[in-house]
Amino acid sequence: MTDTALPSSAPAAAKVETPFQRFRAEFFESRIAATAFVVLVIIVLLAILAPWITPQNPYDLAQVDVLDGRLPPGSEAFAGYTMWLGSDGAGRDLYSAILYGLRISISVGLASGVIALIIGMTVGLIAAYAGGRTEAIIMRVVDLQLSFPASLVALMLVAALGKGVDKIILALVVAQWAYYARTVRATALVERGKEYVEAAQCLGLSRSRVVFRHILPNCLAPLIVVGTVQTAHAVSLEATLSFLGVGLPQTEPSLGVLIANGFEYMLSGRYWISVFPGIALLLTVASINLVGDQLRDVLNPRLKK
Amino acid sequence: MTAPLVEIRDVSKRFAKRLDVAGKIAQKLGAGAREEVVHAVDEVNLEVNEGEVLGLVGESGCGKSTLGRVVAGIHAPTSGQLLFQGNDVASMSGTDRRAATLAIQMIFQDPFASLNPRMRVEDIIGEAPRVHGIVSRSEASDYVDDIMRKVGLDPSLKRRYAHQFSGGQRQRIGIARALAVKPKFLVCDEAIAALDVSIQAQVINLFMDLREEFGLTYLFISHDLSVVEHIADRVAIMYLGRIVESASTEEIFSAPRHPYTKALLAEAPRLDQRKRDFAPIEGEIPSPLNPPDGCFFNPRCPHAQDLCRADQPKLETIGPGHTVACHYWQDT
Amino acid sequence: MSPVLEVSGLKTHFFTHAGVVKAVDGVDFAVNKGEVMGLVGESGSGKSITGFSILGLIDPPGRIVEGEIRFNGENIANASEETLKSIRGNRISMIFQDPMMTLNPVLRIDSQMMEAILAHEAVPKRQAWERCRDALGLVGIPSPEERLQAYPHQLSGGMRQRVSIAIAFLNKPDLIIADEPTTALDVTIQAQIIHEAQKLTSQTGTAMIWITHDLAVVAGLADRISVMYAGRIVEQGLTDDVIDHPLHPYTVGLLGSVPTANKRGERLFQIEGMTPNMLSLPEGCAFSPRCGFASEACQVPPAVEHVANRELRCYHPQSQVAAE
Repeated sequence: MTDTALPSSAPAAAKVETPFQRFRAEFFESRIAATAFVVLVIIVLLAILAPWITPQNPYDLAQVDVLDGRLPPGSEAFAGYTMWLGSDGAGRDLYSAILYGLRISISVGLASGVIALIIGMTVGLIAAYAGGRTEAIIMRVVDLQLSFPASLVALMLVAALGKGVDKIILALVVAQWAYYARTVRATALVERGKEYVEAAQCLGLSRSRVVFRHILPNCLAPLIVVGTVQTAHAVSLEATLSFLGVGLPQTEPSLGVLIANGFEYMLSGRYWISVFPGIALLLTVASINLVGDQLRDVLNPRLKK
Repeated sequence: MTAPLVEIRDVSKRFAKRLDVAGKIAQKLGAGAREEVVHAVDEVNLEVNEGEVLGLVGESGCGKSTLGRVVAGIHAPTSGQLLFQGNDVASMSGTDRRAATLAIQMIFQDPFASLNPRMRVEDIIGEAPRVHGIVSRSEASDYVDDIMRKVGLDPSLKRRYAHQFSGGQRQRIGIARALAVKPKFLVCDEAIAALDVSIQAQVINLFMDLREEFGLTYLFISHDLSVVEHIADRVAIMYLGRIVESASTEEIFSAPRHPYTKALLAEAPRLDQRKRDFAPIEGEIPSPLNPPDGCFFNPRCPHAQDLCRADQPKLETIGPGHTVACHYWQDT
Repeated sequence: MSPVLEVSGLKTHFFTHAGVVKAVDGVDFAVNKGEVMGLVGESGSGKSITGFSILGLIDPPGRIVEGEIRFNGENIANASEETLKSIRGNRISMIFQDPMMTLNPVLRIDSQMMEAILAHEAVPKRQAWERCRDALGLVGIPSPEERLQAYPHQLSGGMRQRVSIAIAFLNKPDLIIADEPTTALDVTIQAQIIHEAQKLTSQTGTAMIWITHDLAVVAGLADRISVMYAGRIVEQGLTDDVIDHPLHPYTVGLLGSVPTANKRGERLFQIEGMTPNMLSLPEGCAFSPRCGFASEACQVPPAVEHVANRELRCYHPQSQVAAE
């Protein structure tokens, strides 16, 4: 019987490519997405390397000179370096302040995103697998949460909790976990009905093994997509809150704080104090969103030919 | 006489679509919202003896896949019993129950949805035997190679993912996954329906070879009569959740008694029938949500009488191993 | 009599990033008035793409790179969208495997059907409605007046397929292309649909191309059969000739592997190997790696030859008929 059909054991695909290689090829098919990805990598690198590539540490008051305040782009600072992007009202070099601001904005967005993802994923998986009353209760809470605008929820929380990085992360997590929970539940429900899950049941595998080894890995693709988009959302939400003065304190200027600081000078023609941090924010959020869009197109099997 | 390898007794499976809060309010207000209950499988009895192939034939919505899933332990029956070697699986202790679960495996229709896309072939096949201690971790690799060879797959491809294989090869992977836990009984649910014509014969041959090599017993579910005729020893015909006729394969194909069986036999396309002029049986398969009174087949049956519209016929034995559920089986 | 449709040297290729897929690669056939042609092949054989090419429904990255599609004498390969629009749904219509490809889920059956008439003809609405009602009656739909007011989701799968067949026949087209129209249906419903289609073609003189993977379906329906493999028609001829005396080893294999052609309970005759990968087709005859009769000669793709009353692409025709 071994001669049954060995011919059919010839390779199926002409070239062997790992799923990751295929994913990479499909992702970079779009020029826009590729550009966005490169921009995003540059932004993240700039943020990480900020302390080594900026002339000034804007948090170190000893390095900030009030006399340098509101200098237009290209001016020379008191300390001798050129402020290519000008300076803000407190005399901070805008180039340095933006990079440090990016550091804060991105880490707040990422931290809140990861925490919200873990919470939402667990809750969503429990809802999908438990079913019945547990699922009903969890999903009603999710619905309730989603019926309020995220910015409103975050605003109320920050107003109640006060300023600080930890508090804003908490507020962003509360405002966003429900999106993850809903996504994971919806995907897990679809996956649970598939034949490979039935096969796993047939093979006598335990419930937790089926949920975490079989269903969860297949829910990751939409989670990554939602995660990217929600991180962009968190970054802009944090900027909004900080702009409104309820987010991060002046001593830890995120991009939102910088924009808010420059706002009062806008009418006096000192555009750069708000505009440059604004452009940095725009580039960050837009590039994350474009990368997220492309991830969605590549990872969503329904959109594939 | 020994007990059948697998037997189901009076098994019913109902799916109820419960009303949600909105539905309940609508019902209170007098809207026509009702709980919908589908009798997917309705008091079915079947036995499959060791080494036998039982073909289960029916059209979509007749409950044959649900019945297969009850036998495979994926769905618990709403009522009735599943017996393995004469013992009720539901009342078995932990170890016996696991042994019974593993002894009955299922081969699925869709070679794409039935394999986990995030797992490598070696894990798809090797996971369950490792978890259940059928092989040790160190032997697992050789064990997987061995099974892959048995189903006609090249073991050097085991590090690949399922999507890198063709439909026929994927079906072989699914068969290997089932064989890896050393089953006695395979439920094949339309296992070749999704394959290309030239590949179907290969997989049917594989099933027949495996039957010989491992002494496997099959419940072979299909809508395709010619395939069932080829490999089954006995055939059961299902219509709207019930068995309407069962007999040995020769008898079903040479002397069918139920009008539905006759219609199926007459209307399946055959190579030797050319431009034919015949009047196919009329009407649609009724919705299982709202089955007709009396015999479920009466609205489509050319021989239906008043009795058929009022009274549901029971399965009666009309010859050795031949049962039929029709009031007028003698006249048709 | 000149044929309704004459396809010659048709090549439809898809230019993907992984390479060129020659989905249809040199296909010739003709269909006469009132004739049913069965176009048979496995997945990836190019049978559906052939149908789509005729209707001008090939989207990038695919395009018709060569060949002629003569419909009533006029070449419509790569014709303008305007020309094709006036032909599609009017002179040539299509029935799909999934009737929801034809039916709009948010429109009632009557508005969809009447639209199909009024798009091509200026007739009073009343008259159009009557034609729709009669068309539903013709495909065996009971109480057509009621069904006209239904939405597609209120009908069963078989009923929907009947409606899409009724729509296909509405404008009395010269040609209907049916792409696996009964594959998703049950045996008894399939028999009904085939019966209706057969009746309508003989009544109206409409020519039909019935695309399917199931030889048994076309054996009972078609006048002629064309067997496709890897983008080429490997054998075509009259149904009786092809089914009873197949010449191409692939046709022989397909027919031989059907359970009814084998002895009960014994291993089936099987075609070895896998359906070919269209991105890396073998040199020469695409079937040669799976063929038990392949020889050196098969390294060069066989041309179409007229053998025993049919057209064949093979150096090793199989049955005795060929030997004569």
